[in-house]
Amino acid sequence: MNSPGYISLRDVVFSRSGRRILDGITLDIPRGKITAIMGPSGTGKTTVLRLIGGQLRPDSGSVILDGHDVPSLKRGALYKLREKIGMLFQSGALFTDLNVYENVAFPLRVHTSLPEDMIHDIVLMKLEAVGLRGARQLMPSELSGGMTRRVALARSIALDPELIMYDEPFAGQDPITMGVLVKLIRDLNSSMGLTSVLVSHDVPESLSICHHACIIADGKVIGEGTPDEIKAHPSEQIQQFLRGQPDGPVPFHYPAGPAGTDYGLTGEVS
Amino acid sequence: MIDRIVALGRLGLTAMAALGRSGQFLAGVVFGVPRPSIGFPLMVRQLYAVGVLSLAIIIVSGLFIGMVLGLQGYTILSDYGSEAAIGQMIALTLVRELGPVVTALLFAGRAGSALTAEIGLMKATEQLSSMEMMGVDPLRRVIAPRLWAGFIAMPVLAIIFSAVGIWGGMLVGVDWLGVFEGSFWGNMQSSVDFVDDVLNGVIKSVVFGFVCTWIAVYQGYDCVPTSAGISSATTKTVVYSSLAVLALDFVLTAVMFGDF
Repeated sequence: MNSPGYISLRDVVFSRSGRRILDGITLDIPRGKITAIMGPSGTGKTTVLRLIGGQLRPDSGSVILDGHDVPSLKRGALYKLREKIGMLFQSGALFTDLNVYENVAFPLRVHTSLPEDMIHDIVLMKLEAVGLRGARQLMPSELSGGMTRRVALARSIALDPELIMYDEPFAGQDPITMGVLVKLIRDLNSSMGLTSVLVSHDVPESLSICHHACIIADGKVIGEGTPDEIKAHPSEQIQQFLRGQPDGPVPFHYPAGPAGTDYGLTGEVS
Repeated sequence: MIDRIVALGRLGLTAMAALGRSGQFLAGVVFGVPRPSIGFPLMVRQLYAVGVLSLAIIIVSGLFIGMVLGLQGYTILSDYGSEAAIGQMIALTLVRELGPVVTALLFAGRAGSALTAEIGLMKATEQLSSMEMMGVDPLRRVIAPRLWAGFIAMPVLAIIFSAVGIWGGMLVGVDWLGVFEGSFWGNMQSSVDFVDDVLNGVIKSVVFGFVCTWIAVYQGYDCVPTSAGISSATTKTVVYSSLAVLALDFVLTAVMFGDF
């Protein structure tokens, strides 16, 4: 990595309900680049985002964001830091009682004392950037899944953040919407000089736009590098994930006892 | 035997942990009041949702309960030839007991369950998380206006309930059964004390309003963010609120009127 680490996780351990989700993760995210965090479902990718955003605290290890030790920040300082962070949630998380315009205006109204005409212009510019200026009067219930994410994206860049985190932005989207989101993430990153962290298990889309990728499995980073390095990685587990093979180091079958016992058979079962 | 003791201990610890969490949550809400310019309009909107929209059920219930009290009171009191005391009986029953208690039970069913479901759904759809990530504390922005609105709305609803109930009792007692109107109002005026009866009733409804809304918003905020979790939280809101209201009513009645 040429750029200095903007976000740095060191030996982070995190458990929930007695289950260890992250088991000593060490990870550096460079400034001004798109970093993809990939891995199978349930491996703690979203947990990494929530640790970076301070919504969760690690059991041990450090999470440094732009020089701040996130878990040790007091509430006020943490909320101040979050003003520099935009996050796109998997569901979009739009406020259902506000229309598109008001959703995008929300962070501006809360964190700035800008006059109404300036808020109006900023909101329209952000909506224009995601191609939804014409949809500003619609309610969230009137939007398609892809439009919801685009509005959420416009809202997350309303305050011109330094860092934007995307939680599964491509999940469940049709090919056109996926193409739109890929373009938006790439364009926003280059035009606004953002640091982007992209959590996804959509391999081709993520590798097509990221500068740096890391793969998480079993609570650990099992491989990281540029997209080309990841594609050529010798690990069988990474290759199984990239190629979508149903069986391999990650077995098809969930661990189970002898089949004969479960089926109630007394004889030999091959 | 040991297992049972362990299970009992675990149950106690879980209950204490939940109580501690809800106390911490309450402190965060009460001391985290948003700026008046932002918080006041939010609270007014919630006052409409939990107060004004509960008016229909409160008025209709108050009317019928007052009418039933009128009928029952007349039937019992006429045996002793003292049906003229029906006014004071209805008024005292309503302002001391039925007004605050029935309003609180109806409030828990109508507004409390709606608050829990709304907040639970906001949690399930990550709206609360997204607010946190925008540097906005959901305790201040979402919970505090709802808690204060419930706190303010309940006494007002209880007063309306009692007033409508007395009017319903008068419809039955005076207009239908023929009790002399002068005795109805006169007896009521001479026997109902503002501080001992009306104010104590209002204090009860303030306490019930606080407890019911606290339970409702906490259950929503603390629920498991799934459809089953929201359903369970909504049920808990109604059950816990009802039990808390009835138990607290006994305690408050003993403190207020137990000076024998």
